[in-house]
Amino acid sequence: MLVLLGILVVVVGFALRLNPMLVVTVAGLVTGFLGGMTPLAILNAFGTGFAGSRSVSIFLLVLPVIGMVEYFGLQEQARRLVSRLSTLTTGKILAGYFLVRQATAAIGLLSIGGHAQTVRPLVAPMAEAAAVRKYGTLPEPVSQRIRAFSASTDNVGAFFGEDIFVAVGAVLLITSFVDTTYGYTLQPLQVALWAIPTAIVALLIHGTRSLLMDRSLRRQMAGFQNVTGEVAR
Amino acid sequence: MIQVEWFYWLIGLFFLLVGVLVARDRTNPRRVTSGVFWALLGLCFPYSSFVVAKTLPAWPLGLTIVVIAAIAGTGRLAKSGSATQATVDGDVEGADLDRDATGSERFGRGLRSHRTDPDTGSGTGGSGPGVSGSEGGVGVLTQITRQREAFAERFGNKLFIPVLTIPILTALCATLGPKIKIGGQPLFHVGSETVIGLAAAGLIAIPIGMYLFRQKTPAIALTQGRRLTEDLGWALVLPQLLSVLGLVFATAGVGKAIGTTVSKVLPDGSLLPAVILYCLGMAIFTVIMGNAFAAFPVMTAAIGYPVLVAAMGGNPPVIFAIGMLSGYCGTLCTPMAANFNIVPVALLELKSNYAVIRQQIPTAIPLLVANIVLMYVIAF
Repeated sequence: MLVLLGILVVVVGFALRLNPMLVVTVAGLVTGFLGGMTPLAILNAFGTGFAGSRSVSIFLLVLPVIGMVEYFGLQEQARRLVSRLSTLTTGKILAGYFLVRQATAAIGLLSIGGHAQTVRPLVAPMAEAAAVRKYGTLPEPVSQRIRAFSASTDNVGAFFGEDIFVAVGAVLLITSFVDTTYGYTLQPLQVALWAIPTAIVALLIHGTRSLLMDRSLRRQMAGFQNVTGEVAR
Repeated sequence: MIQVEWFYWLIGLFFLLVGVLVARDRTNPRRVTSGVFWALLGLCFPYSSFVVAKTLPAWPLGLTIVVIAAIAGTGRLAKSGSATQATVDGDVEGADLDRDATGSERFGRGLRSHRTDPDTGSGTGGSGPGVSGSEGGVGVLTQITRQREAFAERFGNKLFIPVLTIPILTALCATLGPKIKIGGQPLFHVGSETVIGLAAAGLIAIPIGMYLFRQKTPAIALTQGRRLTEDLGWALVLPQLLSVLGLVFATAGVGKAIGTTVSKVLPDGSLLPAVILYCLGMAIFTVIMGNAFAAFPVMTAAIGYPVLVAAMGGNPPVIFAIGMLSGYCGTLCTPMAANFNIVPVALLELKSNYAVIRQQIPTAIPLLVANIVLMYVIAF
């Protein structure tokens, strides 16, 4: 039971807004010691864990080309494009990307989207530009909210699309775990099939929220205009 | 056969290079410790190859990770001033002819050299009349915007080509990659086709961009890559550090401890509370671990299999699939899932670490309720 103190370190550390690197490292060391691991075993676990998880950092190799294209005005061009297509609203852009993201993840094309590859260079600037076309310069909380919501469409679309694809890590983890532990012979297809109902609910909830962004932005902007109006008066 | 390790070595090399440049960059308020941070991180990537192959011990790598975390965790990692300003350049007219020369110079020395000595760049067209040392922070920013707008005007929709190359090539590698064989050997390292695809696509897009924007060298890509890397800072390492924590949790028996606690609170014989406990437990344990994959074996061994399947006769694939997806609802709500929730905060320059999570909670909660209902209705 003592090992659960490591979790406490994480919760308290994040609550106090300490640097996450520090919190996570201390939590790892504390948990290791309380769990009766030797210092060598803890360091070995740190090394093995890092070496085995390098694939989450592979997106780094996309950054140079994204930075290069941004240097030559990619985000500005995304904005120009949106300002010409007057039927595109923030909500429609977000919902459209969400739909594409979930659909492509469902057929196994998980890494064609992502925060580095698509959200930063394309989705967020386009969604923001559509709002700028409508309201002019955006107050900071509004633009921050649009960007953060753009990231959320990527996450929700990816999470609740990928499990429909049979060869994805999550499905294979489920089948291999229950097959070896409980002696089943589950087919990945059976597991993937039952991911569909949740995927549809996710599509409805987050798709609706994306489309409702337009209305919610209108309300938020009205609030800001009232405030500035009062100040001017 | 193309190995995924090659790309990890390349990442290591890039970090090493960033480390050397940062250490020499006087615009960085903590250039020594920051340089050490990036250089050590660079060394970790190739060393990891030997750890995975079990030819070198893992503990020196572990020790280095602790040092890196200590540097960043105590505020000794800083961004270089030149990295944020490196986007400013001279007049747009002469840009495509002389960009390579000035680009490589900037990558090496930072903009400061231009700013303090306007004459250095003027001969090569690098520092035009638009930028001078007298322009302050805001002036620099408007300069960046004006320059980018001019470029956007000139290159138009061509700008999308390199960006769209990435998903297309990645998709091709993921789908056709496993089928390509050369001399009976698969072309890509088996099981890593998508990772290789993404890395290769990012690299192939660079020469495509160089061609489209008439660049002779990849200097701009490197400068901008360094800028984005420094902007991300420790957020770049956090996802891997959290995997480390997951492994330590698993080795120290945190999962087992939670499993026993959870099975103790379970009331006997009632179906709905058991379903709720399994789904909610998956979500909460995922919030703690940052990873539904870590939560799944624990919660399934505690409730999912013994109670829901064995005792109450639920349909196994339904229970397990929806159980995992309940965990994903937790992933949407936790800073521990750094690659999904913290990396975009850095990439999108958001003020609050919780900005993305805040937008996701209103989806995660109703979706978790829906999962409970779906499991209850479909599995029994």
